[in-house]
Amino acid sequence: MTTATYLPSAPTDPWRAHPTRIVSTVDETPGVRTYELAFEEAGIRAGYTFAAGQFNMLYLPGIGEAAISVSSDPDHCGTIAHTVRAVGNVTDALARLAVGEQVLVRGPFGTPWPLDAVEGRDVVIVAGGLGLASQRAAIHRLSRRDDGGRTIVLHGAKRPEGLLYAADYDRWRAAGIDVRTVVDEGDAFWIGRVGLATHLLADLHLDPAATTILCCGPDPMMVGVAEAATNRGVSTEHVFLSLERNMACAVAHCGLCQFGPHFVCRDGPVLRYDRIAGLMKVPQL
Amino acid sequence: MTAPLPGSWHWLDPAGLQLVIDALRRRGHRVVGPQVADGAIVLRELASVAELPTGWLDEQDGGSYRLRHDPAAGTFDHVVGPHSLKNFLFPARETIASFTRTDGAWTQPHAPAPDPPLAVLGVRGCDLAALATQDRVFLGSGYVDEAYKARRERLFLVAVNCRRAAATCFCHSMGCGPAAGPSFDLALTEFGNRFACEVGSDCGAAVLADAIAAGALVTACSEAEIDAARGVPRDLAARMHARQGVADGPAPRSLDTHGIRDLLMRNLEHPRWDEVASRCLSCTNCTLVCPTCFCSSVQEVADLSGDNVDRERQWASCFSLDHARMHGQSVRSSTASRYRQWLTHKFASWIDQFDTSGCTGCGRCITWCPVGIDVTEEIAAIRATDGAASPDPGRETP
Repeated sequence: MTTATYLPSAPTDPWRAHPTRIVSTVDETPGVRTYELAFEEAGIRAGYTFAAGQFNMLYLPGIGEAAISVSSDPDHCGTIAHTVRAVGNVTDALARLAVGEQVLVRGPFGTPWPLDAVEGRDVVIVAGGLGLASQRAAIHRLSRRDDGGRTIVLHGAKRPEGLLYAADYDRWRAAGIDVRTVVDEGDAFWIGRVGLATHLLADLHLDPAATTILCCGPDPMMVGVAEAATNRGVSTEHVFLSLERNMACAVAHCGLCQFGPHFVCRDGPVLRYDRIAGLMKVPQL
Repeated sequence: MTAPLPGSWHWLDPAGLQLVIDALRRRGHRVVGPQVADGAIVLRELASVAELPTGWLDEQDGGSYRLRHDPAAGTFDHVVGPHSLKNFLFPARETIASFTRTDGAWTQPHAPAPDPPLAVLGVRGCDLAALATQDRVFLGSGYVDEAYKARRERLFLVAVNCRRAAATCFCHSMGCGPAAGPSFDLALTEFGNRFACEVGSDCGAAVLADAIAAGALVTACSEAEIDAARGVPRDLAARMHARQGVADGPAPRSLDTHGIRDLLMRNLEHPRWDEVASRCLSCTNCTLVCPTCFCSSVQEVADLSGDNVDRERQWASCFSLDHARMHGQSVRSSTASRYRQWLTHKFASWIDQFDTSGCTGCGRCITWCPVGIDVTEEIAAIRATDGAASPDPGRETP
């Protein structure tokens, strides 16, 4: 049986949703907006904590729920941020809300990035497109590290305007993070790399025994990154992927998110590559 | 007559069983039991032992279910119909949360009072095992489903030891029957026109005591009679293992479960998935009748004002395209991948998730499959050609 360590310590009704208000929004890339939310109930606001890589279910009554990573700083939970692409019923409706309107939240859920296990190690964050949203909370944490390990962010997007959180890169670099970007297709103003996130990884000087890979993006991109990293000697036990699957409950009851033996909502979204490498290569699993 | 205790055995006649039903109803239980309706034996609200399917047998096979009247048949000589405890403990539709909007602000009132407690009569070993399996899903996975828990804690079970198996039964292969267990309040073993009744819990003892107080003629079973009663499911199990039918009936199915988890997980790209997909209609019947399948989705149900919203949980099926839909596409677009998801979850990955198989050998998925797909046959076919690779060159081997 899977060991789940990020479960609530006290029994709570997993269907209870807590009201928040939208405090501010930031338009990030085309179709993608960050919502900063504040819990309305004082007790929840004071007690809410999450770990980098966990997600919330954002709920709009009458419309539905969407599973969205928390992308704000886990050490500052007064408000929480979610970066969302408008691609469906729920996220489209969210995009029509204004500052001050209500969003209900269940969470946090899921297994986070293994930041407790990277002491002194080089951490390579590889993000495809909106995948970076699930890693920004980890970047916040790692920007304050003083354990000697390097932090490298490799971010790929289809086009330059798709590079997420571009306004933050200078701040991340000032904190000692090596930030590198690549696009599939440049434009007239693009003077950076053209290619894939795996190309950035290939350029990187790696100490395989002391490197942890945290990757989030489309499934084929993640398999490419994981295989490239393990081919260069990084152990599969130090490669972590954040998966996305259909979900209704977020508490391993509804069964929709199953990926082989894993409930992506509870055992993931962050899963260690050695546990899923074989499954990732089976079509339509 | 001494008061019944857990572990004791007593003879009960049909009039005594009626008084047990009456006692449960007096205690506020909604009593449900097997009845003939719509050409099948289904679980329905039960007031009288006269409603039980005495004299009816079910003849089951792949894609086939027929009732036959047989004057020699007892009250519980049928096996399992399309319903199971799942229909009552994890209902097909249920409101799991409600929301009300006032002045632009949503509130979530606390859950309504739970339904009256339920008592189910005639539950077989396979379905008791399925209940224990669903308990692991809804109570033991780290999160507790409060509605399931409320119903489960107050559930009263009158089990039955099977003395007949259908051709679709293979509980003996899954270690889930035919004897009633692992737990029940009362368990009946039918002999002629009376039942040897084993008391399985304090609650069962109290209900039986109520029936005795109301006039039920209950006598203690002798040691020899208890041995005879215990022998009924044991003898059936022996015949099932020997693949012998009962009273000229057909032989039940069986399944070799040796190393079944690894067998299926190393054959995720076996050509048999495509072969079975050429017969499978993706109709979801197998998942609906399965007593352990637990997948569900949530629908938003709003009134016309939009200010009152119920979140309605409905059974979902891995055979539907919506089950694994992401970004407008299904992860499992082929029937082969959906059948593979069902079978490998039920018999393999379920073991990783819950430390037990998801199958109890009840055989419902075989009976109610409109084209008669038989899980025991599919698994045997994969075992017989273990390691065969898909001929599709576009696929990679895991």
